Amino acid sequence: MITAERKPLEELIEYIKPFKRLLLVGCNECVTVCAAGGRKEVGLLASGLHMAMLKSGTNIEIHEHTLERQCDPEYIDELVPMIDSVDAVMSMACGCGVQEIARRFKGKPVFPAVNTKFMGASERQGVWSERCQGCGDCLLGKTGGVCPIARCAKQLMNGPCGGSTGGHCEIGEDVDCAWALIWERLKELGQEDRFVEITPAKDWRPGGGAGPRKIIREDLAE
Amino acid sequence: MENFEPVIVAFCCHYCAYTAADMAGSQRLAYPANVKIIRVPCSSKVDALHLVKAFEKGADGVYVAGCLEGDCHFKNGNMRAARLVESVQKYLEEIGIERERLEMVMMSAGMGYRFAQVATEMTEKIRKLGPSSIHVALVGRESTLQPAGII
Amino acid sequence: MRTESRLEKVLAAGHLAVTSECGPPRGALPDKVREKGKYLEGIVDAINVTDNQTAMVRMSSLAASVILKQEGLNPLFQMVTRDRNRLAMQADIIGAYSLGIDTMLCLSGDHTKFGDHPMAMNVHDIDSIQLIQMVKGMRDEGKFQGGAEIKNPPRMFIGAAANPFADPFELRVLRLAKKIAAGADFIQTQCIFNVDKFEKWMEQVCARGLHKKCYILAGVTPIKSLGAARYMKTKVPGMDVPQEIVDRMASVPKEKQAEEGVTICVETIERLKKVEGVAGFHIMAIDWEEKVKEIVERAGLLPRPQI
Repeated sequence: MITAERKPLEELIEYIKPFKRLLLVGCNECVTVCAAGGRKEVGLLASGLHMAMLKSGTNIEIHEHTLERQCDPEYIDELVPMIDSVDAVMSMACGCGVQEIARRFKGKPVFPAVNTKFMGASERQGVWSERCQGCGDCLLGKTGGVCPIARCAKQLMNGPCGGSTGGHCEIGEDVDCAWALIWERLKELGQEDRFVEITPAKDWRPGGGAGPRKIIREDLAE
Repeated sequence: MENFEPVIVAFCCHYCAYTAADMAGSQRLAYPANVKIIRVPCSSKVDALHLVKAFEKGADGVYVAGCLEGDCHFKNGNMRAARLVESVQKYLEEIGIERERLEMVMMSAGMGYRFAQVATEMTEKIRKLGPSSIHVALVGRESTLQPAGII
Repeated sequence: MRTESRLEKVLAAGHLAVTSECGPPRGALPDKVREKGKYLEGIVDAINVTDNQTAMVRMSSLAASVILKQEGLNPLFQMVTRDRNRLAMQADIIGAYSLGIDTMLCLSGDHTKFGDHPMAMNVHDIDSIQLIQMVKGMRDEGKFQGGAEIKNPPRMFIGAAANPFADPFELRVLRLAKKIAAGADFIQTQCIFNVDKFEKWMEQVCARGLHKKCYILAGVTPIKSLGAARYMKTKVPGMDVPQEIVDRMASVPKEKQAEEGVTICVETIERLKKVEGVAGFHIMAIDWEEKVKEIVERAGLLPRPQI
């Protein structure tokens, strides 16, 4: 999923200060799962913003609405009946959602309420870790199902650097050494030979090196 | 605000604090009328939204009362509630509400006296702190919400 | 001979090579480079010039290498993959070669977290092994990494680093093998304090015949003080300082510790000379270049061979 974290309230207040009526929009997808921008977080933020503004002597009207998905124009349409009655929109979705709203409602200021962090998985309740950087050319099949691009601090593709200690990365004991994990998996799979092969320099074009990426499915695209 | 009477909301677990409140009643132990009790099936059933909304509606103090450590009817709901309270305290600070206005307390069903004591102490603490800035703002706006009967 | 590198010539002639390093200054201080270089003149066969070591901004390795070259010394141009992409690296490599630099060391570099610009992006367009491959491709095939032909390709003697003390231990020899397969001509190891563990590693290296495919220079460091010993033992990732070294430093009075550190270093070199596969020594006297002469002398490695 795409993970996110709410921005500090102080920053959000700066955004909304000039406005009287705000539409706060959540998303039912990734940001709901990582507890950053779903229906509940929308309620909490609306309440917090309301109180913070009250304290500073202004009463802001906040409409709450959570969409099934903010990264699809079909769902964004749901906001049409509400948009005229507000001065600005604040989105609790990832950056994709914020941009979809901005694209749909030309004259309406849109502000992000969260910082979009990374593509990750839930390690355990309340803990999410980065797992994928969307390099566009997946090499997990060669690395025992552990990604060195997303999980090695130096993106090393040919084994651990000299800082790997006791299974953790040189940047911190709370970070696993991706190559220690890869090596363990390769051993479990009896694929130690995979390590010997040199992975050549990566072509970063599918990973964003060639500019903004796009997928066009001929069978689906209209 | 003259003659300030704090509005305090207590979320009480059915298996302990709520029963303790009953016990306090049957023992004729007095505790301040400022405390409005809301019964919950477990302290962990209390959501961040309940706590934040209580303040938004003008509460001056809020506490969650759960079972003693290790005694939760649902294994560890009380400990989860304690963590939630901590995180909401941080959020309150961000908003500009003193974190002391929200508390987690623990007691058993038999502790009628402790219930009355906690209610008294919380009321006194909040009385000293004064009305919450939100309460003040709501009154200032001549809100239709009356501080004593808002919940 | 693959290159004109003096280091290659010394090694190819079968001498125990000696290299040391010079950390460029944090400012536009060319004289500082010359001063550090002076200490090493006639003492070592090549001088490593670090590339933003410990992720702190310093005078560029290329510029400092050129200054040393102008002084008639033999710089060993270090390059990390942390700070620039493959275009910039190749440009610097042909630039360096154009200015008379023929020996280089390919590294991934310390993470920016450890330096004074922790907010900077770690580039890592390619990793150290891919850098070795790239430099070899430039030299032997006369081609840029992108495939285009290089006019007058840079003929670099290619070095790489190896850390026998990092984990997982079983990968340490395999990774060395990968570096050699990628095209490393010589290796400089991490500082060796735990000679027993190094010997174990070298046994595996020799068992695979890797010492015949590439020259291995054993890294040593004189410890300045008890505090430095403790710091390296606990704070530097991938460093293995046995307790007895720390105890030995602690057993002498503070004013004698530096001398003790040098003695330990000389003794380590003497022991390493007996290890099969060791082709020379890399003396990392961090900000202590003036001590290198004494170490090399006491280790019986002077005078340096005339090639």
